[in-house]
Amino acid sequence: MKKIIQPAALTRRDLIASAVGTVGGAIVAGLPTALSGQSALSARPSDPVHALMHLGGTTSPLGARSAFEAPTRAPFGETTGSSYTPLQDLAGNITPSDLHFERHHAGIPSLDPARHTLTIHGLVDQPLSFTVDDLKRFPQVVRQYFVECSGNGRGAFRDPKPELTAQKVAGLLSTSEWTGVPLATLLREAGVQPAAKWFLAEGGDACLLTRSVPIEKAWDDAIVVWAQNGEPLRPAQGYPMRLLLPGWEGNINVKWLRRIELGTQPWMTRWETSKYTDPLPNNTARRFSFELDAKSIITSPSAPDTIPTPGWRAVHGLAWSGRGRIARIEVSTDGGTSWTNAELLGESQPKSTVRFQYMWEWKGNEATLLSRATDEAGFVQPTRSALIAERGLGTDYHFNQVVGWKIERSGKVLFHGET
Amino acid sequence: MRYTFMRRVRRGGTVATLCATTFALTGCGRTGTESNLSQTALDASMRFADYDGGTVPGGPGAGQGYAIGSTATAEAIATLNTDIGPGGAELPSGSGTVATGRAVYAAKCALCHGANGEGMAPAFPRLSGRDPNAEGFKFASDPKLPHTIGNYWSHATTLFDYIRRAMPHATPGSLTNDEVYALTAHLLAVDDVIPDDATLDATALRAVKMPYADRFVPDDRRPTAKK
Ligand code: HEC
Repeated sequence: MKKIIQPAALTRRDLIASAVGTVGGAIVAGLPTALSGQSALSARPSDPVHALMHLGGTTSPLGARSAFEAPTRAPFGETTGSSYTPLQDLAGNITPSDLHFERHHAGIPSLDPARHTLTIHGLVDQPLSFTVDDLKRFPQVVRQYFVECSGNGRGAFRDPKPELTAQKVAGLLSTSEWTGVPLATLLREAGVQPAAKWFLAEGGDACLLTRSVPIEKAWDDAIVVWAQNGEPLRPAQGYPMRLLLPGWEGNINVKWLRRIELGTQPWMTRWETSKYTDPLPNNTARRFSFELDAKSIITSPSAPDTIPTPGWRAVHGLAWSGRGRIARIEVSTDGGTSWTNAELLGESQPKSTVRFQYMWEWKGNEATLLSRATDEAGFVQPTRSALIAERGLGTDYHFNQVVGWKIERSGKVLFHGET
Repeated sequence: MRYTFMRRVRRGGTVATLCATTFALTGCGRTGTESNLSQTALDASMRFADYDGGTVPGGPGAGQGYAIGSTATAEAIATLNTDIGPGGAELPSGSGTVATGRAVYAAKCALCHGANGEGMAPAFPRLSGRDPNAEGFKFASDPKLPHTIGNYWSHATTLFDYIRRAMPHATPGSLTNDEVYALTAHLLAVDDVIPDDATLDATALRAVKMPYADRFVPDDRRPTAKK
């Protein structure tokens, strides 16, 4: 039932008719059955009066979103590729797990937790293997962190087309509450030898993805996580366990973690050579550029919205940094000529996103909204031209240029990436 | 650490509330009444995950572990551990020629990466070819310059390691060590890193120097905020 009916025109008969149309269910004594009643509710708008006049839906084993909300990741269907989080559809900080962005290099494996183990070996006194059940016996931590692909924003950096959406510009970013065991705890169990300076993390996917990590990160805040947003990890996020290196580029947060080897030097894997290195204008490339830079994006309004009428509205978005807390977030409504501090909605947590808002009165004229984040380590989001001057248009990762939205007189919202 | 603790206490309400809610797990009970609880004990009790052998109440004690998990045997580790570091010490026995590699490539790789390693955009990456405009490692100037093995990769061992663990994409792990040596030789020869009549084995592969190995630099990003 796709026909839109204005609430005022909606009658009880309409609701029943819609139920019949959707489910083909019988009408008992002029009343929808509970089932058909539910689909009537979810199939079309109902005004408050009529909603009260018939029975609602039933309880169910799994909750579904309202039929009026349909956020989706895009693109999809790829084994080697990405799906982006619809940032424009989110509120608060946490990304619902089914909307967490994906980036896979060889598809999503289906791993049986009863048989999957994490093996720690190399420069340790006692090589050990842990199942998920073993992990759950250790002291746990529960922490909120974002994960961002270091290629996030590449399209908007290289080719800032006006039709880009928040999802396309920055959707390789998601935030979760993670539960797991500090890697340090597991390393203490195995007994790390003093010569160990790096470790290799290996995933259990088809390409056995490998990344080298300096040992300091293990002693700092690395976690082997098994749960996300109140339940075990989703397969696409590394079920049954993944490495979480807060604030560091997505790829190094190795999913489906099966092996950690302690060694003296980095392994120079394909994912730290051909990929995830950053060419620079002086004909070199940065390697092991782990931290994600301070960054922000306004998600409302954003393309392809049209602002219907002039007036006040809350402009809001997300800010984040891999180097700690967001210290300051500024908004410009005149394309960067003047900047005003925006409000952080809630406490900024280290290496997590924080939502910001800024109250703005649109007077019906052309305007360009931008946001600019500063983190507690003193990094400020650069403009796109500053980033090009520093790293070159051909640089491949860590795109944190200031971006925003141009509002046309018609209210139409277009991406503004040439900052 | 003390600072973090204070913040946590404030967020969670009173010290007593925290102690009560964590009572079952923590040292609260052991240290007596809640009001007698020393700051140190509570601090520690809030951070079991910081356990470092003896300083945290509830842990197994100095020099002891939790004894959770199972011993990983040398055989079990050997089946998992296939990685090859930049020094190539782990390289297996076996060998392969450029000519053999060309044939294996045509049979097992060309369908995705093209007959000459030119790739098939966007899904299948280009592997070979040294674009003269990229020579000198000019990749920052133009996003279209292809990062191929000969003009970008820093270590030949990486190629061996990656092909063996991840390729062919749909049937990884199916190649013999001889085939991986041969494919590595072929791909290096196509990009003029080694001669067309070369044979690679562990010793020869260890000796290969990639043209731009010296172009990779450590992270030197610095804060940009105006003070
Ligand atoms: C079914 C298609 C397919 C086949 C067959 C295949 N590959 Fe690949 N190959 C891929 C894909 C897809 C990627 C990119 C994976 C990624 O992005 O992580 C890739 C990546 C690579 C890379 C890394 C390229 C880079 O720039 O990082 C190399 C080297 C490679 N393949 C070699 C081979 C060799 C050698 C063979 C034959 C044994 C082979 N491939 C067979 C699909 C294939």
